[in-house]
Amino acid sequence: MSLQPQNPRAKMEARELILRYGAKTAIHKVSLAILDRRVTALIGPSGCGKSTFLRSLNRMNDLISGTTHAGTILLDGMDIHDRGVDVVDLRRRVGMVFQKSNPFPKSIFENVAYGLRVGGMKDKAELASRVEKSLRGAALWDEVKDRLDESALGLSGGQQQRLCIARAMAVEPEVLLMDEPASALDPIATAKIEELIHELKATYTIAIVTHNMQQAARVSDRTAFFYMGELVECGPTEQIFTNPREKRTEDYVTGKFG
Amino acid sequence: MKYTTRRAVGLGLTGLTALAAFFIVGMLALILLDVARNGARHLSWAFLTQPPSDGMMAGGIFPAIFGTAALTLLMTLAVMPVGVLTAVYLHEYAPPESRFARWVRVAVVNLAGVPSIVFGLFGLGFFILFVGGNLDRLLGYEEMHWAQPSILWASLTLAVLTLPVVIVSTEEALRAVPLEQRTASLALGATQSQTLARVVLPGALPGILTGAVLAISRGAGEVAPILFTGAAYFLPDLPTQLNSQFMHLGYHTYVMATQSPNVTEASGPLYATVLVLLALTFALNLVAVIIRTRTRRKAASAH
Repeated sequence: MSLQPQNPRAKMEARELILRYGAKTAIHKVSLAILDRRVTALIGPSGCGKSTFLRSLNRMNDLISGTTHAGTILLDGMDIHDRGVDVVDLRRRVGMVFQKSNPFPKSIFENVAYGLRVGGMKDKAELASRVEKSLRGAALWDEVKDRLDESALGLSGGQQQRLCIARAMAVEPEVLLMDEPASALDPIATAKIEELIHELKATYTIAIVTHNMQQAARVSDRTAFFYMGELVECGPTEQIFTNPREKRTEDYVTGKFG
Repeated sequence: MKYTTRRAVGLGLTGLTALAAFFIVGMLALILLDVARNGARHLSWAFLTQPPSDGMMAGGIFPAIFGTAALTLLMTLAVMPVGVLTAVYLHEYAPPESRFARWVRVAVVNLAGVPSIVFGLFGLGFFILFVGGNLDRLLGYEEMHWAQPSILWASLTLAVLTLPVVIVSTEEALRAVPLEQRTASLALGATQSQTLARVVLPGALPGILTGAVLAISRGAGEVAPILFTGAAYFLPDLPTQLNSQFMHLGYHTYVMATQSPNVTEASGPLYATVLVLLALTFALNLVAVIIRTRTRRKAASAH
């Protein structure tokens, strides 16, 4: 905790972001700051736009044809849609972990080394040390250190997801986006991921989408509640869960709908 | 319907479908048995390793075996890069509503429907007369060098014939690579071409090799496209250069069956030739299937 800045600045910031799939508006005028080295949880019912918002932070929505946006997203004050921004560089700085663990059909080692290799790292010793560091960081090293050459597909679901986190961490991004990273896992594996998030926030800025209220309450410093494509409320997690300003937020976090 | 009628209808349908399935297996078995029984009698080491002699009634068929293998190999070398690149363009790079891509797909489908003899004529007109003729003029050959039937033009004609097979199966294979793996790669800061080279193509490799298997089995057996483009009636010498003509098992079979003065006497070597052609096609298939199974296993267990 001591490593964290007392008054964190905004690492990323959306200003009046509007995002459309074709004619359908998925996100409407969302302004939200993702604070440096804090965990920000994005909650809300299905289809409320929280995942879409998360994916817009490293421009993964660019891959879906027909998406258009208005408004700005800043990373350290720089507009990520600026002409001069290389989306490849952006994604190296803003990494992502997906809902469904998606390891490549390669060895455990090659999975973690992937981002480094595509970035041009060739030195074997350097690769090996970065892979070890990332696997340790994702609390997976002890379980896989003797079988780095085996297929990643042989790992359990929870291990695969931690491998995906290790893979994202290997390129040393500044921000980690997590899209329901534990939704397909059992409680024990989920607990491990949550523990990991706690450790990671000393070094990374994290934004996490979750459907699980308790999880949001456990892991996050700040919580943003999305509803029907709009940001209803954002504030310190404790306040959102105990003393929300908005009625809709209260209804949602107390389980009246959603 | 009463229970007994339902039962009777059910049994009748089961029987009918089983009969149809049995019919297919039976036909194949009949052909294979007939060819194997009559062909094996005439098969010998000399038959496999010597050129034909005595007006093709004696000797062997080695030049035809060699010619068929060389032709198929050249065809594969020509069709795979073009077919795979086309499919990669269509599936990975062309914009979804691209009119050009749609036209290419229409062309591919139509290409697959063209009778193979038309490819033969196309090969003669385009490759030999047009490309070959112009090459000769450009390179300053006095006599015909490229503007004549040869193994190069025959294999390229076959490559055009098998192109749709490769394009369609490669596109299918690219489609089968999970979207999650592509997004994972891109989210790690890989470019589109890196994703293609490191994730998509390796994942699609088994399917691409299936395309190669289909192209090879189609190409090795076709005779019509090579009739005018390179197959030789009788040529004891092996093709040593790209502009050599060559003997071919399929064409040799046709020649023996239709041009022989003595049909009964020719039936021995004819059967044996057919047996070798089938064996060669199966062998080429088998090699491709083995490669595919290996890569598939490798892809599944990684590394």
